[in-house]
Amino acid sequence: TKPCGRRSSSFPSLDPPAGFVQELPYVLVDCIGGRYGVYEDHAEFLKKHFHLIAMKEYLENKKFLSKKIRAIYMWYHKPVIKEELLQSLPNLKIVASSGVGIDHLDLNLLSRYGVKVSNTPFVVSTDTADLGMALMLASSRRLVEGYQIAVSPDTEYFPADWLGAEVSGATLGIVGMGTIGYKVAERAKAFEMKILYHNRNQRNKEEESAVGAIYCKKIDDLLQQSDFVLLSVNLTPQTHKLIGKRELELMKPTATLINISRGLVVDQDALVEALQNKVIKAAALDVTYPEPLPRDHPLLKLKNVIITPHIGSATKKTRRLMMENMVESIHAGLRGLPIPNEVLL
Amino acid sequence: GFQDLQPFGSSPCRGELPGLLVNEIGGIHGILHGHVALLKKHFYLITMKEFLENRKHMSKKVQAIYLWWHKPIIDRELLQSLPNLKVIANSGVGMDHLDLKLVASFGVKMANAPYAVSSSTADTGMALLLASARRLVEGYHVAISPGMEYCEADLLGVEVTGATLGIIGMGSIGYKIALRAKAFEMNILYHNRTRRKEQEEQAVGATYCEKIDSLLQQADFVMVVVSLTPQTHKLIGKREMELMKPTATLINISRGAVVDQEALVTALQTGVIRAAALDVTYPEPLPRDHTLLKLKNVIITPHLGIKTDKTTYMITEEAVENILAALNGLPIPSEVLPS
Repeated sequence: TKPCGRRSSSFPSLDPPAGFVQELPYVLVDCIGGRYGVYEDHAEFLKKHFHLIAMKEYLENKKFLSKKIRAIYMWYHKPVIKEELLQSLPNLKIVASSGVGIDHLDLNLLSRYGVKVSNTPFVVSTDTADLGMALMLASSRRLVEGYQIAVSPDTEYFPADWLGAEVSGATLGIVGMGTIGYKVAERAKAFEMKILYHNRNQRNKEEESAVGAIYCKKIDDLLQQSDFVLLSVNLTPQTHKLIGKRELELMKPTATLINISRGLVVDQDALVEALQNKVIKAAALDVTYPEPLPRDHPLLKLKNVIITPHIGSATKKTRRLMMENMVESIHAGLRGLPIPNEVLL
Repeated sequence: GFQDLQPFGSSPCRGELPGLLVNEIGGIHGILHGHVALLKKHFYLITMKEFLENRKHMSKKVQAIYLWWHKPIIDRELLQSLPNLKVIANSGVGMDHLDLKLVASFGVKMANAPYAVSSSTADTGMALLLASARRLVEGYHVAISPGMEYCEADLLGVEVTGATLGIIGMGSIGYKIALRAKAFEMNILYHNRTRRKEQEEQAVGATYCEKIDSLLQQADFVMVVVSLTPQTHKLIGKREMELMKPTATLINISRGAVVDQEALVTALQTGVIRAAALDVTYPEPLPRDHTLLKLKNVIITPHLGIKTDKTTYMITEEAVENILAALNGLPIPSEVLPS
């Protein structure tokens, strides 16, 4: 999935006339460094291509900078884009968003202002599928609890009757069989899992038989038969609270819910109740709503829940590739060329 | 004298069933309660406590021993006091806790349970590999902790898809790991006493490394899946770890003693390797002040390789099959010979 022309040396820079210094395009970012900011090593690369303006700097110098900014580099949903911001950036051409999800963007609004949008859809797929498998294995084999036993100062022995549940040979129900869902199926097949899937559209026969996946037109059928239910849908108005009280009650009491999509796909309050009342056995969530959860949220205290801080695509290599893809999209957008990974309405 | 052995599958009344010695039922390391019915269907169960309290009567009844978590301990004294002992069945596949030659010298047969354990243990290997690569345990602590300060950039993991996995020990468990890793598009290298058949290699896309060094130098993940023998004791030491990439992860699902633990601590602390994930240590559990427990780049799990309801039950089923075969003078499916 390596797009061509990523390397900075291959981006053509116009030979400036003698004495004229070519100005790099002004690109708005939320912040550099800190908890969720653009990574320092990424910023080094970005600064070779763009004149980066952090939000703080922009707000302090709006008069001058507002006309200069032609692109927004959106790293993990920041900066938040509201109409007020769009109104004050008359020369904004493109918003490049990291990751594949675009539920945090108001595409209609951006379109009205003539601003193009790009994401990074393919580069995140294998890492996210890998994390889905990691969560399923960790949850079923009680890896986090096991780690705590292994390192706890109070542990004197490992009890024989402390058991987990088998992954090999179990039934996995994949809700959302897009690129990521399909890669999960490919991996799960090697564990001799029985694979069911629910999707807006059925995949073709070759794709299904390659992973041994059985289509469940009704999500209920999938929920009733699965030992593991994995969510890999986009967040849309249709998938908002897709998994609620009704769906959780259809699941087996021995089943585990794995969410690598968006927190809002699950009715979180219903999930808490289902877990507390043993309606389902366990949950493993890379995504919640909000992220992070408030520190007193019940999900943080439940023994049968693993939560990870939205690390689906969090490998050095993939994050680097995402950044490079975004640079390419911004360059194309600023030059009026076809935009790689453009998100259309 | 003891009664005639019961034929396969019949369930006569108690007292005529062959005596099966176990360490205990329930408790810390005892036979799981859920397995008792199956055992009692075929055997007259005798716990060590009952045996010791009534040696004279019990010693002649015992025809088989079923080891659960390496207990009861088999020594010369015990073997001498069980004149009718025919077979010792081990739960699990590792036999390093038994003196095979000693047991054989008493004319007692031995069996392990290789089939039952393979999928579950392979799953554990993959679980540890993924958890370590993606920093799952660290991520969990960040996600649930009250006020932890962290930088997202500091929590990045390493890719699994497309990485190189080196499997040391390509027996049934190692092979099942290769099958799973192939689905993650991993490049698979393996080192084994003997080379596998070409078909088997091709099925998983595995390349044989006759020299372990070659595997160690190329692998992003080194998975140790050997039996513990005098030859594999401290197989992975300072030298081997220094051959590994500094970005590599060591995963051990074999026996703690296969890895030189002190050398491992040093390697992890000085960045000689990136991380380790260990389902086994020496001893188990580790002393509570052991350095391995404190290192951020180590995941340790409590020897949970076979710890699922399904696999533990399958182990007992496999043991029952082996014991019955031995008692009926038939070929033992998973016999372990002293050589």
